[in-house]
Amino acid sequence: METRTHISVQNLSVYFDELRVLKDVSIDIPDHKITVIIGPSGCGKTTLLKSLNRLLDPLDGVRVGGRVLVDNIDIYDPRTEVTEVRKKMGLLSQRPQVLPMSIYENVAYGPRIHNHIDKKRLGEIVEHYLRMAGLWEEVKDRLGEPASRLSVGQQQRLCLARGLAVGPEIILGDEPTSALDPQSSQNVERRLIELKEEYTVIVVTHILRQAKRIADYIAFLYLGELVEHGPAAEVFANPRDPRMRAYLTGEIS
Amino acid sequence: MNHPSSSHWLRRRKLKEGIFRVLMAAAVVVVIGCLVLIVGTIVWKGLPAMNLSMITQTPKGGYYLGREGGILNAIVGSLYLASGATVLAILFSLPVVLYINVYAQKHSRLASLTRFSLDVLWGIPSIVYGAFGFIIMIFFGLRASLLAGILAVGLLEFPIMSRAADEVIRMVPRELLEASYSLGATRLETALKVVIRQCLPGLLTAVLIAFGRGIGDAASVLFTAGFTDRIPTSLFQPAATLPLAIFFQLGTPFPEVQQRAYASAAILTVLILVISLLARGLGKRYTRHIIK
Repeated sequence: METRTHISVQNLSVYFDELRVLKDVSIDIPDHKITVIIGPSGCGKTTLLKSLNRLLDPLDGVRVGGRVLVDNIDIYDPRTEVTEVRKKMGLLSQRPQVLPMSIYENVAYGPRIHNHIDKKRLGEIVEHYLRMAGLWEEVKDRLGEPASRLSVGQQQRLCLARGLAVGPEIILGDEPTSALDPQSSQNVERRLIELKEEYTVIVVTHILRQAKRIADYIAFLYLGELVEHGPAAEVFANPRDPRMRAYLTGEIS
Repeated sequence: MNHPSSSHWLRRRKLKEGIFRVLMAAAVVVVIGCLVLIVGTIVWKGLPAMNLSMITQTPKGGYYLGREGGILNAIVGSLYLASGATVLAILFSLPVVLYINVYAQKHSRLASLTRFSLDVLWGIPSIVYGAFGFIIMIFFGLRASLLAGILAVGLLEFPIMSRAADEVIRMVPRELLEASYSLGATRLETALKVVIRQCLPGLLTAVLIAFGRGIGDAASVLFTAGFTDRIPTSLFQPAATLPLAIFFQLGTPFPEVQQRAYASAAILTVLILVISLLARGLGKRYTRHIIK
């Protein structure tokens, strides 16, 4: 197992106006594993995830302290090109946000922005990533239809394909199954497990059972503090911190 | 809480509900009534004067005394003028609304200042735009012309279009923008490829509202566009407009010419209606991708 990490968070603090949402968080995210960020709602899980691709950036009144290194580049360094940072990561949001265009164009959106690609090659790319997201068979005959006509579960997989098509190394999921029915959720979880062969996956969830199903590595946040992190089997079997124990037993949720 | 008083209370609440319903119904009747009344009057009074030559001919000698001719000059003039002004207004509105919605931060002072300025501009009477345009014309040594009219009407349309477009673009969910950003798109790419597509029907409405105001406005073109019986063939010639044609015809002492004013008003109304329907029809083709 290589020890190289794509993402290294060092003493990250995030403030929304005066409110300190993340307190001095430091964690190295292991490559080619699924890292699951868990914790009660409002503990800063989503903030931590969004800080990784600088989506906090456009929000207002947000201050960020500390560093987030992605491939050894500090992404909060003003010289860092934010589009290059984001290109390295595909994001799945709580509710799938398809773009107001056809299924085909949704997947082609990223590649078209980043490269000049001829039509034939683009078609191949779209097919490849739709297959990867497990959506190809369902949509291959209606690629020109509006993406909004797909079911929510299909939309989330479309978002996955769209994110993958940019050629990221990392997949971020912000409670990616929270809007989906159990079957679609399972489908998305299965994709994520498949994808960790090639990608580093980071998922936020408030569903403990989901964390247990998919996590290789666990990060437990409580009130903006990174309380405990480590390999999932270890953390679940032997939680060290009393707050982690309380969370696992359902005393805090 | 004892029973009798609570039933009394309930009756009062129902009474309030009832009064409010009546008031709302009355307001709706007034709105629809006004529309029917105005359109009815125009058609009723204008119909006797309506004929093909009204829309196919320019005024012949003595038109305003009740002789031969039509108002083709004003129809074409108004279309030229309002189209030019609308294009001009789009060129300025779109960057402004995209800036205050996509580029500026949420609590940006510049954005609120811009919105405030637009509101003030919206409130300025159109005669002031006309006078302002007139001063600029003199400054540049321009005569009353189609170009000067387009500038004045464009100024008039700009805040209306911007504010209407702003209200539409503000409704774009932040998550949709984030989805585009997270794919590595720049703000410009997000604005042009996602925001505009998502907002197209609303933007179209904004353009149409502005166009409607522009083509129907008399005061701003009074000094700037002039008036002529000929159809303008260049930007530097004066141009007739329908609102002014209505004004001049109503101002004559001859009943048959006054009838023509009502006919002209009907033509103007139908013109706006047709253009709105056409634009909506065209816009429909692009609305199927919108995220609800």
